[in-house]
Amino acid sequence: MSKTSREKLIEIKNIDIIFGTGKKQFKAVDNVSFDIYKGETFGLVGESGSGKTTIGRAIMRLNSVANGEILFHGKPINGRITKEWDREITQKIQMIFQDPGASLNERAKVDYIVSEGLINNKKYSSEQERIEKVKKALMEVGLLPEFASRFPHEFSGGQRQRIGIARALVMEPEFIVADEPISALDVSIRAQVLNLLSNLQEDRDLTYLFIAHDLSIVRFITNRTAVIYKGRIVELGETEKLFNNPLHPYTQALLTAVPEPNPIKERQKKLQVYDPSVHQYEMDPPEFVEIEEGHFVLANKEEQEQYKAVLVGKGV
Amino acid sequence: MEQEKILSIENLVIKFKLRGQTLTAIRDISLDLYKGESLAIVGESGSGKSVLVKSIMGLLDKNGYIDSGQIIFDGHDLSKFKTEADWLKVRGKKIAMVTQDPMTSLNPLKTIGKQIEESVILHQGLKGKDAYEKTLQLLRDVGIHEVERRYGQYPHEFSGGMRQRIVIAIAVACNPQILICDEPTTALDVTIQAQILQLLTNLQEKYLLTTIYITHDLGVVAKVADRIAVMYAGDIIEVGQTNEVFFNAKHPYTWALISSLPQLGIKGQELYSIKGTPPNLFKEIKGDAFAPRNQYALKIDFVERPPFFKVSDTHYARTWLLDPKAPQVSPPEVLLAFFKGEGQ
Repeated sequence: MSKTSREKLIEIKNIDIIFGTGKKQFKAVDNVSFDIYKGETFGLVGESGSGKTTIGRAIMRLNSVANGEILFHGKPINGRITKEWDREITQKIQMIFQDPGASLNERAKVDYIVSEGLINNKKYSSEQERIEKVKKALMEVGLLPEFASRFPHEFSGGQRQRIGIARALVMEPEFIVADEPISALDVSIRAQVLNLLSNLQEDRDLTYLFIAHDLSIVRFITNRTAVIYKGRIVELGETEKLFNNPLHPYTQALLTAVPEPNPIKERQKKLQVYDPSVHQYEMDPPEFVEIEEGHFVLANKEEQEQYKAVLVGKGV
Repeated sequence: MEQEKILSIENLVIKFKLRGQTLTAIRDISLDLYKGESLAIVGESGSGKSVLVKSIMGLLDKNGYIDSGQIIFDGHDLSKFKTEADWLKVRGKKIAMVTQDPMTSLNPLKTIGKQIEESVILHQGLKGKDAYEKTLQLLRDVGIHEVERRYGQYPHEFSGGMRQRIVIAIAVACNPQILICDEPTTALDVTIQAQILQLLTNLQEKYLLTTIYITHDLGVVAKVADRIAVMYAGDIIEVGQTNEVFFNAKHPYTWALISSLPQLGIKGQELYSIKGTPPNLFKEIKGDAFAPRNQYALKIDFVERPPFFKVSDTHYARTWLLDPKAPQVSPPEVLLAFFKGEGQ
């Protein structure tokens, strides 16, 4: 997209995330690097257990990073940082959660849920200002200001997700991690929430990290996409390019696995199954390389040659 | 094509009593199921699709009851069944079900071999070595390797996809005539989903099953269904063969459902979305339940429930737009392109 600048908002540099200690260690994220540009929507797709949510949580600083660093506006956000910077990050990076049924405090009114971040960060000077901010945030996500005095159980799934979005917006963030924000919603409500997210992005110049397993939605909403498999990014590129010309066998398998809502195409499709043993990585370990401009893939020397040949063959 | 009816639902009304109020979950539905076909029931949560199949299995919650109508299967009217003993002749034996979540539908304290064998012994009357052999055969049928070793393992030793295969093995072990799959793959990853759907299709052929899929995923429907019934607010609003419903949809709700798919969206533009929310089922619904959200709604839609208008021998839709007196309305632009581009 032409609108997105090349200004790096988030830089993830060679991060490892390890759970457990001693002999029971598990490397959930293995040497992952990518940048997110200002104003874009960056998609992260993979199966459950692939580490996509873990990366999102690391940016939120909910999971600590074992190696590597994460930069926001060029400054590290993990490790030793100043108190002011810490506070600023807390405000500028917000999250939208998957399940609107579980992510809202059942015992709190919408007013409190939306303003909790404001209260914690003292981002208002008077009570009047706080109420105004909550009102504004609710209206922005298409809810009525009167809803502030109600409890979460009084709302439908789509409305609850809007409350979750309002809670993020009220902090005036620059960057939002949206972890499967619509997978718990009904089909007819999904489109509403997707449209809301795109409109907010335009109005407020937001940047999203969109974590999902539903590739059709990722294709529709993201500018660039990274595919993650077992803690490693196997392919990254501009979304349309990636969907039209997947190089890595896992990306290809993932794309054929998604059922298309078109009975004619769907029945002609041949299912591809990914078999990790196709790679011969003992002698020639893979690297994450830029195979063409802006298109990265995890491959060893031999595969790099193959992929390049494929790209030449397709006249790209 | 003359097809044999295996199950026939006639004018079914199902109600629930909830906190002193009555909720109508199924509003006067009629639906036939033909032998050997695979029918998909599509709808949002709350549309009544799960309630409908639960009533076929006699698994309605205690506060739910069949108010009127019939479910004819195998010469019996299932809606008249009162006792558990009646139901046990049908449930499991003739109609089996695969549920959504394989984590919760297996017993964590029993080996998976025993759980499948239980079904084999109970429903097929096999004993001892025969039952064991049959169990191993079933495990092989659902694509599990090293069956002798796997037989003695517990559910927690299996992945989600493998567990769903075992649930399917249990369902098939009963040699049922009808297999109901209630969102069989929503809890699974896409790559696993594709494998499970393939497995179900293969088993359907091998065991000559008639299957009912319940899902909200139109991608899954496109893959597995011969026929589709679209439900909205407790009513079937459109029914037809898969290609007819996808490429020649007539009801505005079906239009809206297909148009709001991200696959039809154009990047950078608004995605088509249905305004508002589904109706409150506690209140009596007048006319077409979708009318308040329907931009094509006619005056009569708010007054009288539309009948099924015939589109073809296999395709019916419940919308006044098909009435000869109704104004000519064409579906949304995005949809016309979809109909035309892929419809051949």
